[in-house]
Amino acid sequence: MSEEKHHIVPYRLYVIILLALLALTFSSIAITEIELGVYTVAGALLFAIIKSYLVLTYFMHLKYDKPYIKIMVLFVFAIFVVVLVITMLDYLYRV
Amino acid sequence: MEEHVHHVEHPDMYDPESSKIGMWLFIFTELLLFGGLFLVYAVYRYMNADAFHLAAEQLNTTIGAFNTVILLISSMTVAMATTALQKGHKKIAIGLVAVTFLIGVGFLINKWIEWGVKFDHGIWPGSEHMLETMSQGEILFFGLYFVMTGLHGVHIIVGMIIMGYAIRGLLNGKVNAERPSLLDNCGLYWHLVDLIWIFLFPLFYLIT
Repeated sequence: MSEEKHHIVPYRLYVIILLALLALTFSSIAITEIELGVYTVAGALLFAIIKSYLVLTYFMHLKYDKPYIKIMVLFVFAIFVVVLVITMLDYLYRV
Repeated sequence: MEEHVHHVEHPDMYDPESSKIGMWLFIFTELLLFGGLFLVYAVYRYMNADAFHLAAEQLNTTIGAFNTVILLISSMTVAMATTALQKGHKKIAIGLVAVTFLIGVGFLINKWIEWGVKFDHGIWPGSEHMLETMSQGEILFFGLYFVMTGLHGVHIIVGMIIMGYAIRGLLNGKVNAERPSLLDNCGLYWHLVDLIWIFLFPLFYLIT
């Protein structure tokens, strides 16, 4: 039962992560205001992916968890991406 | 040999690691639930690209951005509550969860105002205005908008109920630095709600 003491994340780190998340939010709003055509969505999604990485790693403590939880989380996102890609391939190549 | 084996009366089954795994497994089902909806969004959007752009222009980016900002802040405050509890600052932990709860209320009020404006414009699922003046693609966009932000709103409410339990546990001492799982899991759930909004916001508000 005696696990090593939980890693205590300092308040300061959470503030830094929040500032990064806010900066990314405003950047994604700024980038979608420029007319970039298809790249607009790609840009906004890229920012969203970076933001979710920060939330999962720091806010959800995956950085301090044992590796198997990280692997399971990666696996779930991989399943989603695979299903998305297969579905879109279907629609893209329909005649 | 008839011997009665008496169990210990209240065996302490507390196991933070199992609690955490259980919460994550539940979060996986939630991710795939919303994942299915994002899949529907991707297909409909691919088939109705122009209509989606047109419809998205009717959403209020400012109110969406404001909700994004306060939700991110609330994620930080609930994460800080765990730190406070680990440091033994129970009152700060309670305060931080309470702040998170209040931000949740704020989020819902904004959502209420936002949906209210849509209703005033005659936009709700199956409304006459929509059926008569909108294209198929726009109707699909608003259908997904109401279902996905609505389901997300339900998750906000559930998150706030869990926070209520976490605060009660902190107050009566059942949640403490040695047994923080309820607060940790409450935080994990709230971050999930934040995570989903991180994708909902650009996909609905920023694709004009």
